[in-house]
Amino acid sequence: MMKDPVCGMTIDPAKAAATRRVKGQTYYFCSDTCVEKFDLDPAIYINPSESNSSLLVERATPISLTTGVSDGTGEHVRVELPVAGLDCAMCVQTIERSLENVEGVQDVHVNFALGKAHVVYDQDLVGLPELTETIKRAGYEVGLAETQLRIVEGLHCASCVRTIEKAVSRVPGVLDVTLNPATDKASVRYIPGETNLQAVRSAVESTGYSVVRSAEEPEGIDEETAAHQREYRGLMRKFWFAAAISLPVMLVAYPEIPWLYLPNRFLNEVSESLIRLLFALSAVATLPVMAYSGRQFFTGAWAAFKHHSADMNTLIALGTSAAWIYSTVAMIAPKVFPEGTATPFYDVAAVVTALVVLGQALEVRAKGQTSQAIRKLLDLQAKTARVLRDGRELEIPVEEVLVGDVILVRPGDKIPVDGEIIDGRSAVDESMVTGESLPVDKNVGDEVIGATVNTTGSFRFKATKVGKDTALAQIVKMVQDAMGSKAPIARLVDVVSSYFVPIVMIIAILTFLIWFNFGSSQALAFAVVTAVTVLIIACPCAVGMAVPMSLVAGVGKGAEHGVLIRNGEALQTASGLKTIVLDKTGTITKGKPELTDIVPAEGFDANTLLQYAASADLLSEHPLAQAIVIGAKERAIDLIEPSDFNAVPGHGVETVIDDHEVYIGNLKLMRRHKIDLIEISVDAERLQAAGKTAMFVAIDGKPAGVVAVADTIKEDSVHAIQVMHHLGLEVIMLTGDNERTAQAIARQVGIDRVLAEVLPEDKAREVHMMKARGEKVGMVGDGINDAPALVEADVGFAIGTGTDVAIEAADITLMSGSLRGVAYAIEISRATMRNAKQNLVGAFVYNTIGIPIAAGVLYPFFGLLLSPIIAGAAMAASSVTVVTNANRLRFYKAKEFSA
Amino acid sequence: MDLSTAIVNLIGLALIGWIAWYFWIYQKQGIQVAEVAGVQEVPITVKGGYDPDVIVVKRGKPVRLLFNRQESALCSEMVLFDKIDQSATLPEGETVRIEFTPEQAGEINFQCQMGMLRGKVVVE
Repeated sequence: MMKDPVCGMTIDPAKAAATRRVKGQTYYFCSDTCVEKFDLDPAIYINPSESNSSLLVERATPISLTTGVSDGTGEHVRVELPVAGLDCAMCVQTIERSLENVEGVQDVHVNFALGKAHVVYDQDLVGLPELTETIKRAGYEVGLAETQLRIVEGLHCASCVRTIEKAVSRVPGVLDVTLNPATDKASVRYIPGETNLQAVRSAVESTGYSVVRSAEEPEGIDEETAAHQREYRGLMRKFWFAAAISLPVMLVAYPEIPWLYLPNRFLNEVSESLIRLLFALSAVATLPVMAYSGRQFFTGAWAAFKHHSADMNTLIALGTSAAWIYSTVAMIAPKVFPEGTATPFYDVAAVVTALVVLGQALEVRAKGQTSQAIRKLLDLQAKTARVLRDGRELEIPVEEVLVGDVILVRPGDKIPVDGEIIDGRSAVDESMVTGESLPVDKNVGDEVIGATVNTTGSFRFKATKVGKDTALAQIVKMVQDAMGSKAPIARLVDVVSSYFVPIVMIIAILTFLIWFNFGSSQALAFAVVTAVTVLIIACPCAVGMAVPMSLVAGVGKGAEHGVLIRNGEALQTASGLKTIVLDKTGTITKGKPELTDIVPAEGFDANTLLQYAASADLLSEHPLAQAIVIGAKERAIDLIEPSDFNAVPGHGVETVIDDHEVYIGNLKLMRRHKIDLIEISVDAERLQAAGKTAMFVAIDGKPAGVVAVADTIKEDSVHAIQVMHHLGLEVIMLTGDNERTAQAIARQVGIDRVLAEVLPEDKAREVHMMKARGEKVGMVGDGINDAPALVEADVGFAIGTGTDVAIEAADITLMSGSLRGVAYAIEISRATMRNAKQNLVGAFVYNTIGIPIAAGVLYPFFGLLLSPIIAGAAMAASSVTVVTNANRLRFYKAKEFSA
Repeated sequence: MDLSTAIVNLIGLALIGWIAWYFWIYQKQGIQVAEVAGVQEVPITVKGGYDPDVIVVKRGKPVRLLFNRQESALCSEMVLFDKIDQSATLPEGETVRIEFTPEQAGEINFQCQMGMLRGKVVVE
């Protein structure tokens, strides 16, 4: 017999509820409660003099657990790690064994029931990051909280980074901290329960800085927006500086244009030496413009040059510096150039810099709007959660919610994480995630999605997914990935853009040479101006941005309506679909049978018939029987418990209700009881022809009528299919159901082609055959049973429900269960591709027309020569146009909503 | 044609030839990545380009690229990989990791969103 170290009870080791091995000694426990207590702090029970009952990490004292004497090798720390994914007793051993093998780990227990690993380790030999890494390698996740903090006034010094990082990482329970001096953001990972946000915050405050949690910042200014805003402000400062200098420089740049030349206002005659003096001043004034406002062109060009590549920066840097150098040589040593060609044009260097910087600033701003969809999604995240822990209600930051926590939701609350309702009921507004406008009823056992809003009821739910695993986090990740992906159409652009800039440089040199060799008297001046204009007007950015910008806007727009597009390729293919194949059950229909018809025979009324039929089915678990029971309850009919009940598999049920013999079932059951069906068989056939399942009801040996159940269509399927037809799509229904039912449903929703009685495993083959005919085929299904067909199709649409967002087989996931999502996905992808093509064509046309004009092809015919300043303005405008055009997509209204 | 004209023309043509050579023909030398604890890890600085921009790795072994963007210009805000279908936003000053295990020999290109900055992973 052994003694339970917790309660002191004497127990038989063979009957122990649990055992623990600590330092070679085995302990036996009478109950789960005792072992839980033990796991919380084994030291108390092994060495009753040592008490460590706090939940926080504390020194387990430098006293050895086994000997009670300090072994002097360092300090032992005890930590409690929440482990997710513990679903078998084996897991406990796996984790224990892998942790035991880590050097420095003194002791490990994993509590299966609590999902926690208790580890005592030597701080000098091993740290928390290694421990969590070990658990991760063993195949389990440690429940970590991850939070972003922003240093309020910004960092003052470089060494502060180290100071803050050190202070925070010293907080027990903090795994790691990284501080980004560029964004003033600290990202901290810690073990909730071991420490909390407040402790982290005080650690930062101890260094003299204060922090706010990113999630709490007003208007959800996320990192990216902040970066964009900083960049915008920086560029605008550069622009104003360049503009302020450009104006006077321009006013003294053209002595040959009397009305523009400023000195003419004050002097009757402007001397040659004054003109030269003003040019000299311009030369000095434009240098800071190029060095400050145009700095990024030069640094960017140099960086690219080192990599044997060239970009927009190269062109602008070359253009402005060529203008400046030529002007300076012309001013200092006009004799170098042929008579009459030594005219400086400093204004080009300054004005072009100003214009291009302005263009970049506007572009940054427009770009920020393009990716607004992501920000909207991030803003949806709840900031705090009301959690029940140890019987107390705590309001904690959402980052600290762990899987398994019970969360309270009151009317009007935002649901913080994904989970399953365990108590209470309510209707939840899920429009922000699924695009579904009506609130959805939720009962015990139903899934709730984080970021959705509770309406009037209250409930409690158990968290099933937190942090990065929540549906919202996955949506954000998926949308971000999609925005960063490439549409096939952009591949062509890639090829072009890798040759673009060097070709422009070559064209500029050729332009120079042609003017130089064949130009008129002022050939050299023209040669320089045209070459500079060519360099400046070319806009590789517009070409490069054309597709990605539209993609970002289009994917974001889709996400707003609960349509998640996996990548650019899916979007491009979806825009070219000709055929849509719809699975029937669960896609067009609700996937659940419902009571549809009650046809009483002579002498019975509908309510009585339904009352007996439903009462007879009350105890049956058959889905069809359940549908009848639910249908009766919905019609507020009182049900009577049958006094006798016998389910006959494949036939129906035989029951006794109120001393009446009631049978409900199919033809076989009726034949078995020799019921005469002449009267009601016509009705049954009619119902069956309409694709319904008819069941006969007999009371006391007489036919009482027919009740029918059917899988009914979703309310909006008809409308969605109409829109698909409007879009010029051929809609086909693919189902394993019998021809008659399939046809009946097809008639209701207006589908013309039906492929019925297709075995599940043959669905992919059917799709393959349609593809073989050269059609671009989209397949819509549930993502589980239809997965092979979805993969086979050119574009697979998964009708997702609930929190399962990243459906592997799908190219496009529809968050709402509605078919309208399919129509919307196709419309938005077409609109996006149209937009991308407009951008692309615009950018190509701009460059192919702009460059020759800049080179002066129109000069021999019309005497038209482009000023480099106009070229600068055109170039800035062209890239802004591309982004603005892409932004139009944000206001796109699909037909689907107006129809 | 006088001498100065001839010289200018020669310089111009030479420049064209040099541009073609420097930007298109020149073959970059890749850097060979050393293996640490079974992972081929390499830090990449992003500033007007990827440094290093040609990375030579062995196939079948995990590769970890640590991107660190040290500029605020938005061009390099994202990095996109073609064959492995990965992309990442690179916040300024932060190290962002991209991990994958190349199974086949060949080249995996990466670039910024607009295709102006380019690099590649050469799998041997």
